[in-house]
Amino acid sequence: MSEHSITVQNVCKSFENGRIPVLKHVNLKIRHGQRVALWGASGSGKTTLLNLIGGLDLPDAGQLDTFGLNPTLEAHRLKLRREVVGFVFQLHNLIPYLTVKENILIPAIALGVPHAEAESRLKETLEILKMSHRIDHRMQDLSGGERQRTAIGRALINRPKVLLADEPTGALDEATGDVVFEILRGLAKDIGVTVVIATHERRFAEACDRIFRVHSGHVEEVAQ
Amino acid sequence: MRMPTLVLTNLRRHRVRTFFGVAGIAFGVAAMLTVLAVVLGAIGMFRNILETGSQYMVFERNVSDLFFSSVPKLSWQTVAGMPEVASAQPVLFGIVNAPGHPVVTCFGVEADNARVDAAIWLSGEREDFGNEPNTVYLGVRAAEFMKADLGDSVEIGKGVFLVGGILETQNGFEDGGVFFPLALAQAYFHREELASIISVNLNDIAEGDAFKARVEAAFPDLVVLANEEFASNYSQFKILTATAWAVGLCAFLLGGMSVANTMTMSVFTRIREIAILRVCGFSRRQAALLILGEGGIIAVLGVCLGLLSGFGLLLVLQYIPQLQGYIQASVSPLMIIGIFATALLTSLSGSIYPAWFASRIQPAEALRYE
Repeated sequence: MSEHSITVQNVCKSFENGRIPVLKHVNLKIRHGQRVALWGASGSGKTTLLNLIGGLDLPDAGQLDTFGLNPTLEAHRLKLRREVVGFVFQLHNLIPYLTVKENILIPAIALGVPHAEAESRLKETLEILKMSHRIDHRMQDLSGGERQRTAIGRALINRPKVLLADEPTGALDEATGDVVFEILRGLAKDIGVTVVIATHERRFAEACDRIFRVHSGHVEEVAQ
Repeated sequence: MRMPTLVLTNLRRHRVRTFFGVAGIAFGVAAMLTVLAVVLGAIGMFRNILETGSQYMVFERNVSDLFFSSVPKLSWQTVAGMPEVASAQPVLFGIVNAPGHPVVTCFGVEADNARVDAAIWLSGEREDFGNEPNTVYLGVRAAEFMKADLGDSVEIGKGVFLVGGILETQNGFEDGGVFFPLALAQAYFHREELASIISVNLNDIAEGDAFKARVEAAFPDLVVLANEEFASNYSQFKILTATAWAVGLCAFLLGGMSVANTMTMSVFTRIREIAILRVCGFSRRQAALLILGEGGIIAVLGVCLGLLSGFGLLLVLQYIPQLQGYIQASVSPLMIIGIFATALLTSLSGSIYPAWFASRIQPAEALRYE
């Protein structure tokens, strides 16, 4: 593995057949275990950059490397989503009719984690997130913060190397947002996962190890 | 939790959607089972009437229905006199109405007829068959719906006859019909000296081909068929069987369309959910298998429910008095296997497009626009 866990080189991305350029020759490098903020206004390209790093979308040009995998290759993308990356979204994107337990176990089903191992990981994850008491509850019974913690649990169940969090506090009130952010920040320290958070809130960005400002399709590191 | 558990959970948590899918298949299966069982049962009963105590059947060539066949007395007497023939029994078929019952099947037979011999006589004496004037013998179901007993007078068509006995044959047509002495039937139906068919037994079955050739040479207007040949060649049986399968398959297609509709709507309303699964590491194959699995379980549940409903319906039909016991369902293991396989095939075919669609969902695009 190279010194950097995530490398983005000269990446461009546009939508609507090039009519809407979103990322323009973006470069960045992230080391394993770092807490990194992609900071910028809504529509600046933060989500697109996270999607490219996590293999959810393809770049128009440039090169990507996420923990030794190339997110532009179909075979690598599947491995990336199953084993390397965990996603947390602003709107949590949980399946409403499933329980907390069932939602968290989805990635384990995809990967084919043996039942006993999956159950053990589930227990551990719920303890980290302080969600054990909600294990059999469905989404409509949970608060916004609990839903986001469930989404973090789902992102962690396959023991990923990097957590890509897209405005994870965007739909939460300030106090709940702080709690969720602290959980994410703590994960890097406690279990050694790399955390990349896209946020428009400066206070969250400043609490990270590094800040990359995303603005008009360009990305530049802000000195801390 | 494993993949099958997720499939079951999806179905359990969308009960209405699952119900409509299952119901669509169940109706198809029940319709096919009922139609096939009733039609094949009717064919079986009719074959049974013709084949009891007989190896060959002689009837008029090119008739569309045996009820229209006319075999002259001279012909059957000649056939009966052939050295290879052990017995030749004429049967005259007729259909009349009775008060409150538009269709009553009549069988004109001689006193030594094998069907009459094989029947259980619930009242009256077997030996008296054909000895009393203007006397008929009722099948047990016919006696029930005509509310007639031994010695009563019954109105059949435009005639009034005495009841000389009540017999049970375990054949719906015969139990719901009336046995006439042949001469009385010929007079009543104005078909003097005629029979519809001759049931023939040979001394040695190996002489069948020679017998057939000899009769057809002597009587070009007649045709001779071995029982199994008759079953496969008689046009009415072929039409009935083809109709039953056609109606059954239409019912199945409707069931398959119902599953296709249910699963397609299910996928279209779950694009975001499937995108989330893909984000969480589901491969295209796993996304497709999830939908196919749901379709497959809907099919299996539908088949089981359809078979139960079909058997229930057949049971009810057999005991509806207005049907005069004419429903005698015939269900073979092969038919069940055929229905099961066809239902699974149509259901899975109905799930192929939704499964393909699910496998093509691009997670980032779906999450961006949904």
